Amino acid sequence: MQHALNESIEIEVMRYRPEQDKAPFLQTWVVPCTEDMSVLQALQYIKDHLDPTLSFRWSCRQAICGSCGVMVDGIPKLSCKTFLRDYRGRIRVEALANFPIERDLVIVMDSFMEKLESVKPWIIPKEPRALEQGEYRQTPAQMEAYAQYSACINCLLCYAACPQVGLSPDFVGPAALALLHRYNSDSRDAGAGERMPVVGAESGAFHCTAVGYCSEVCPKGVDPASAVNQAKGASVREYFLGFLGKGGGK
Amino acid sequence: MKTIDPLHKPGHAAGSPVYLAGRSGQGGEAANPRRPYVRPMAGWWRRNPFFVRYMAREGSALFVGAYALILLVGLIRLAQGEAAFNGWLAALQSPLSIAFHGLLLAVFAFHSWTWFEIMPKTMPPVRVGGRRLPEAAITGGALAAAAAASLVLFVIVRELAR
Repeated sequence: MQHALNESIEIEVMRYRPEQDKAPFLQTWVVPCTEDMSVLQALQYIKDHLDPTLSFRWSCRQAICGSCGVMVDGIPKLSCKTFLRDYRGRIRVEALANFPIERDLVIVMDSFMEKLESVKPWIIPKEPRALEQGEYRQTPAQMEAYAQYSACINCLLCYAACPQVGLSPDFVGPAALALLHRYNSDSRDAGAGERMPVVGAESGAFHCTAVGYCSEVCPKGVDPASAVNQAKGASVREYFLGFLGKGGGK
Repeated sequence: MKTIDPLHKPGHAAGSPVYLAGRSGQGGEAANPRRPYVRPMAGWWRRNPFFVRYMAREGSALFVGAYALILLVGLIRLAQGEAAFNGWLAALQSPLSIAFHGLLLAVFAFHSWTWFEIMPKTMPPVRVGGRRLPEAAITGGALAAAAAASLVLFVIVRELAR
């Protein structure tokens, strides 16, 4: 789609100012836009020129920090990676779905931080390794087993895409489970036994009903749906092997 | 799992004691400007065509269950003797039954299609020659297998019915 330069776009933005608003509402501004302008730049234009009280998170402007997730016309998107030229006339920008709203487009993400911590997203080696022993070595195949899942930037678009997260706020959720699977799949790691209880718990992977939208919206190609379902398989295997005295979960 | 912020319960829109704690000396809720707003989930599946399709996929299972019941009734009628079984067969040939079977065929096709669509995500990755099999190959292969199995079954049943 070709847009002439210096066209303008109507942008509806969700506002919520807890000190004065009972509930969020939409406020519309007209923003001049150019061919290369992102939704984030439109928000910055509003803040700089039209209303300095508008609140939103952003940092890197290049789809790596994961701060600027919003709903654009109801779809979870990184606002820095979403361009006005792909929309016509009017767009709606809202705070990420399935999270409480702190103010305007800023969500409360404390629950995610707890979930992330619960999956121990770091390498837990089998035994301590001295510096003199050198680096861990992996074959390309060993790296391929987890590389895709390590691309997660914690932007929470997958949480905004997951109805189960909205319906059951305790659900550990796609990104945290993908990271759990990422470390369990790493040949340097021996911490699966500490992480599997999170998968099998009431709030774990079995909350997932294979909607699959998390993988659709992921801006980094992580495919959390696949990771969550592999974690389900691992949990079932562990459960039944437990009867044979081979479970590694304790 | 450790405790999760109670604010995340749907419909719990007001300020929470979690956020009021640690603000002692400032006089309760009015002193804390934080009032995180939780949006309701009612009607969530109508908000996005992707969710509508998901609900249709899940809902198609009810039709699969209905057809299983029809077959189960046939089995019970068979156990009750020839006359009962012939009555069941005659009922299947009624226009209403034929129309319902046409609907079932369409819903079953949609059921298979949508489930094979999500299958690459619900099964462990398949590696062929060290490379991960693309999703389209898994979905396409499963659809082809389902079509072939249906065709074989159709031919067998038609030959038996002669």
